[in-house]
Amino acid sequence: MKSISFRRRATDRIMKTLFLLSVFLVILPLFLIFFDLLWKGAKELKWSLLTDLPRPVGEPGGGIANGIAGTLTLAGLAMAGGIPLAVLSGIYLAEYGKGVLASLVRFAVDLLAGVPSIIMGIFGYVLWVLPMKRFSAWAGASALAMIFIPIVVRTTEEMLKTVPVPVREAALALGIERWKTTLFITVRTASAGIITGILLAMARILGETAPLLFTALGNQFWQTGLDQPIAAVPLQVFSYAISPYDDWHDKAWAGAVVLILMVLVLSIGARILTRERS
Amino acid sequence: MNSRGNIKDFLFEKTTALFALFVLALTLLLFALLVRESLPAIRKIGASFVTNTTWDPVLEEFGALPFLYGTVVSSFLAILIALPLGVGAAIFINEFAPDWLKTPVSFLAELLAAIPSVIYGLWGIFVLLPILRDHFMKPVSRVLGWIPLFQGPVYGPSMLAAGVLLSIMIVPFILSVSREVLATVPKVQKEAVLSLGGTRWEMIRIVIGQHCIPGIFGATILGLGRALGETMAVTMVIGNRPDIVLSLFQPGYSMAAVIANEFTEATGDLYLSALVEIGLVLFFLTIVVHLVAKLILNRMVPEARKGAAR
Amino acid sequence: MDNAIEVRNLSSWFGQNQVLKDITMDIRRNSVTSVMGPSGCGKSTFIRCLNRMHDLTPGFRMTGEILFDGRNIITEKIDPVLLRRKVGMVFQQPNPFPRMSVYDNVAVGLRLNGGGKSRGEIADVVEKSLRMAAIWDELKDHLDRAGASLSGGQQQRLCIARALAVEPEVLLMDEPCSALDPVSTAKIEELIEDLGDRYTIVVVTHNMQQAARISDSVAFFLMGVLVEMDKSAKMFTNPSDKRTEEYITGRFG
Repeated sequence: MKSISFRRRATDRIMKTLFLLSVFLVILPLFLIFFDLLWKGAKELKWSLLTDLPRPVGEPGGGIANGIAGTLTLAGLAMAGGIPLAVLSGIYLAEYGKGVLASLVRFAVDLLAGVPSIIMGIFGYVLWVLPMKRFSAWAGASALAMIFIPIVVRTTEEMLKTVPVPVREAALALGIERWKTTLFITVRTASAGIITGILLAMARILGETAPLLFTALGNQFWQTGLDQPIAAVPLQVFSYAISPYDDWHDKAWAGAVVLILMVLVLSIGARILTRERS
Repeated sequence: MNSRGNIKDFLFEKTTALFALFVLALTLLLFALLVRESLPAIRKIGASFVTNTTWDPVLEEFGALPFLYGTVVSSFLAILIALPLGVGAAIFINEFAPDWLKTPVSFLAELLAAIPSVIYGLWGIFVLLPILRDHFMKPVSRVLGWIPLFQGPVYGPSMLAAGVLLSIMIVPFILSVSREVLATVPKVQKEAVLSLGGTRWEMIRIVIGQHCIPGIFGATILGLGRALGETMAVTMVIGNRPDIVLSLFQPGYSMAAVIANEFTEATGDLYLSALVEIGLVLFFLTIVVHLVAKLILNRMVPEARKGAAR
Repeated sequence: MDNAIEVRNLSSWFGQNQVLKDITMDIRRNSVTSVMGPSGCGKSTFIRCLNRMHDLTPGFRMTGEILFDGRNIITEKIDPVLLRRKVGMVFQQPNPFPRMSVYDNVAVGLRLNGGGKSRGEIADVVEKSLRMAAIWDELKDHLDRAGASLSGGQQQRLCIARALAVEPEVLLMDEPCSALDPVSTAKIEELIEDLGDRYTIVVVTHNMQQAARISDSVAFFLMGVLVEMDKSAKMFTNPSDKRTEEYITGRFG
């Protein structure tokens, strides 16, 4: 009797320790990555990084200012197209989405959400680069929008569905027309959740590299037009990282710090918004 | 008080429907463009595209099997590592951890999921690769180098490195979906086992055996879908050599990686078309996997849709 | 004294399930009418017919006539939106708009319904409505507070103010006190009595004492049928129908 119970208890302890160990192993890389980012990124982390253009190998200094501007331009373009498209589609799915069209759209959104981002790059390439015979900000932004849209459609639909029926009824009982109820009452009630979704989707596309490789392409200089190749921080991090030069490796780390800061500000901002709501 | 036929309501509904239709059209356009651009390669190369093992753009010989192999093997390796860790961590957080620990740990896991893949790649090249090479691959190669899995010279960039890095990237998804799956187990069931004098581990074993296997399977497939399509991190550590070798210590290549590396330098029309066809194959592969995962999870946990959409 | 609403042979169904059976009743102008009965008797369904709130419920249909301003509001020709501006509603659970201030909650109906009122005019209506709902003194210095941060009783009076702001003729109240504490309930009852002089009010309640306290006339519903309707004094002392008597003496329900 006693020995069986001892064995059972021992197994219990061992398993619990193994589970704890897996928590530790899951979280460990996060600390390693942040530590390395600060450690290796510190060397090149100066103001000139944010204000200067890249310089050739061997020349000290230089920055990724054009990349920051480019990343913001690309994300801005993708969102300018993506937000109205995605939010209105989300409204359709949540408020009217019962028929065949709605099922098809939901299926399409599910599908898009699962498509690897590199394939969105091919999309941008075939849509813009092939006919224009030129890499461009338009191509990059289209690829990013394809990643942005399904995330925002989904969260918009989900958030609108969390708006309680009594709130909608209250608006209708005031004699407010249905479309105004949707737009000015329901959407407003769900706005924190929808904005959270937009921020998270934005964080996601800011860090995307693969869809930009052969659409935006990258640029050593300031952008001159949206129909021209454009720089982006993740592209710069990538090309510095795979270069054979040590001082470019340092710049890759510094660029990565800038990139992760942009992503973190958005993710944590989204989290704070979510908390405020609940 | 006469009815105005609610013309504005009608217009508003139709406007939103139009936007939704546009999203649907974009999806179809994506598919159509992939097919259109792949057609030259599909016509010219045919079925040998996925069976031929030689990829030689100069001689216009396009066999994509090495990439398919690399994608599948690195992804399965990643699952092999990430599955026990993710599920184990989920069990600890849900069943053992005190409440004050749950929020910070899931916050950290969310952060892990938010890190851009190019940063994983950067970290992979300069931190993970040296550690793996010097403290794992070299010693293992010395002792077990005769086993095919560990054969050959140790460079660093390898299928193993890709698998390990991928596992770090997908573990947050497996963790969060597993937690949702575990949370669906009715409390009464757990208490029933405990009240019969079972230990916590016995409770977990029984409950998971009865309730959570399909859900965890769904979580695994979801993670697999992400791993299959991951580009930057893999490109940066897999070694980019289009060979099919059993040894995990040798360089490999993946579908996403070859598209990333060769697209801008694809000179001939057939070359470009072949790369798009790789994209098309990858598209189908990830979509099938993704939809299977969602099918399983939607049945298990309606809430898990959220995790899948992100 | 004339009637604000006349209901003739009203029947209604959710799918195959008949909820209201051949209801005929007159609702007098500028008085308080209570609709009472055990739960499931169709009283809530009934008042929601009066402002066509069921329009969005799939499978709901109704037959008969509901005459308001001399016109049958059941027909397609009536715009439910315009109807609801004249027939306002207060719900069982206080439901102020969650992400709006007290002021916006009251003003939003005016703003969204057009009518081209200036800022100043809207501010006047908001004050007037909050005064009528007997909540102005408590909230006049907190108009920018979130509506959802008020107490339950305050929220309900805010909802009444919100309904009054669009200047309805009729106010439907669906068990407005059942989610409130006794003190808040007393305040709302007092408010209903006051408003009864200026508005036609229809209150659903399952509380007989409440019906007796606040209403001029009472309708008693049982299983979708209007059993009896009379002056409240008569109804509670000398009902004509045996079922009413059984109900008010507590033998069932």
